Amino acid sequence: MTVGPAPGNTIPPRIRVANVSKLFGGDRAEARRLIGEGLDKVEILGRTGCTIAVNDVSFDVAAGEIFVVMGLSGSGKSTLVRCLNRLHSPDAGRVEIDGEDICAADDDRLRSLRLEKITMVFQHFALLPHRTVAENAEYGLKMRGMAPAARREKAHQALEAVGLSPWSDRLPSDLSGGMQQRVGLARALALDPEILLMDEPFGALDPLIRQDMQHELLELQARHRTTIIFITHDLNEALTLGDRVAVMKDGRFSQVGTPSEIVLSPADDYVSAFTRDIDRARILPVSCALRGSTAENMDALPEVHADALLASVLGRLGQGPLRVTGRDGNLKGIVTAADAAAIAAPPGKG
Amino acid sequence: MAFLDKITSVADILRPSTHAILPLDKWIQSGVREWLVPVMRPTFRTLQWPVAKVLDGLQAVLLGVPFILLVVLAGYVAWRAKGFWLSAFTVVSLLLLDWLGLWAATMVTFAMILTAVAFCLIIGIPLGILSARSDIWERSLRPLLDIMQTIPSFVYLVPIVMLFGVGMVPAVIATIIFALPPLVRLTNLGIRQVDRELIEAGQAFGSTPRQILWEIQLPLALRTIMTGVNQTLMLALSMAVIGALIGAGGLGLTVYTGLGRLDVGYATIGGLGIVLMAIILDRITEAFGSGDAARRRRAAARDRGKEK
Repeated sequence: MTVGPAPGNTIPPRIRVANVSKLFGGDRAEARRLIGEGLDKVEILGRTGCTIAVNDVSFDVAAGEIFVVMGLSGSGKSTLVRCLNRLHSPDAGRVEIDGEDICAADDDRLRSLRLEKITMVFQHFALLPHRTVAENAEYGLKMRGMAPAARREKAHQALEAVGLSPWSDRLPSDLSGGMQQRVGLARALALDPEILLMDEPFGALDPLIRQDMQHELLELQARHRTTIIFITHDLNEALTLGDRVAVMKDGRFSQVGTPSEIVLSPADDYVSAFTRDIDRARILPVSCALRGSTAENMDALPEVHADALLASVLGRLGQGPLRVTGRDGNLKGIVTAADAAAIAAPPGKG
Repeated sequence: MAFLDKITSVADILRPSTHAILPLDKWIQSGVREWLVPVMRPTFRTLQWPVAKVLDGLQAVLLGVPFILLVVLAGYVAWRAKGFWLSAFTVVSLLLLDWLGLWAATMVTFAMILTAVAFCLIIGIPLGILSARSDIWERSLRPLLDIMQTIPSFVYLVPIVMLFGVGMVPAVIATIIFALPPLVRLTNLGIRQVDRELIEAGQAFGSTPRQILWEIQLPLALRTIMTGVNQTLMLALSMAVIGALIGAGGLGLTVYTGLGRLDVGYATIGGLGIVLMAIILDRITEAFGSGDAARRRRAAARDRGKEK
């Protein structure tokens, strides 16, 4: 699993969000002033009638990263993701994409950004019910002004990538929820986007289909290295998919970190309440349980990759310790059954 | 008792009518006669030109086409819309109307209704789109539509006669005013009801507002808009008799003449004609609006596919 951009990294982030706030309704100017005075959300709602959906959020996302924003409903996560392609315009702060402040973009520039660079997958699929699967997948290409034959070909490829090409001429209503969301994904992928915003894309799906879709998404991402902002209310999903995860509450980030950081050192009670019931072995990589090399004859030990999940090596650990190697094949240390069990045990019980 | 009388007479001082009657009727009368009619009449006369053209054309076509061809055509449309039974009902009704000697009157009424509905579509759908896109438009149109729907049609027959004269065209214009509101309202409603996520999807995929309207909002609002068309059609038919008061012909005139002569029989067959026409037009437009027709076409296409 990759870790977020190291401090001092010279490559600019693909997305930089700086102090973004988004308010709805009421006296927004007064509400902004009260935020400055440090009043809390409830008090500002009472005084100005203004709901603070996103409150002074900042983060960077590197190219090719999956950045997950996890929060319960009403935490502002859907509003936040809509600020990134300006379906909502932030009331304060900056959103930069490849260094360009999109809050300053005019309508034409915004349209071309949405057509060329940044696209979106929706929670309830948002497919056109009167159009066939292929026509839905073509939608963005049609908006780009691509010729019918060319866009049909491109949409067909995208549908093939999500395994739906036999369904091209059906209507979305003929398809199951999981398949409909694949159409939503194909519609986005047909544009070869550099950035993919996903607003609870699997939230409306059954758990099993959900897992399949998560795996497919990871495979697609591994192939295309698309930068993905993924919104979810499910921490398991967040930790499975995310290179980094932000836990959002009341319009603010409680914590931003790698899945291991979120699980092993939750920033506050809110985050630790979430992580308590997580199956840690499925989230944490072997490297978390790493032990420095000892005098034993390590070359004889079976080898395991540092990024492998603990859950995947628990069986082998039963037969003895494993030798852990890093990405370039160098020795990092060993992992033992006892260490793995200790780190995978839920807090308070171990 | 004297005391009570005293109180009553004191209280009467507070009644406006004790002192004067507000001559609002006179003001309106002089306003219409001295300003609206002389100043605006030429404008209104030009306004009726397109209506007259469409009406004349439709009448000429409907009365010129051979009877049997029209019956077959109507039967076919009814069959495509809903199926055998409506088709049979349509054909039998039309034959009956001809048997009653009402064919020409039926066609005149049909031409008037089609003209009124055509202009309602041309005016109503853009107004509905405007009010769906802007709350200001919606708020300012709403009282106007309320007035158009609630004001008794007899009230505006007089100014219409003053501005446009009597005849078929003024009757069609009165019908347009009466039948327009549901189309505007339902177009507005249909567009506003489109799922917000779909509009967001349109925006997120770089659509312009115009593309969102044509690609997403109008197709999804179509069913509601068709309900509006159906309502407009029914209201237009219900104006057939009232239109006859200011010179419209057709089935309305049959009813009106029957009433004038106290000839119940003649009035009744005119009424029957209007009812049959209403049933046929209602069922056909309703079937097209509810997507029955589209479903039937798809099913037919699938069956054909299987046969191959």
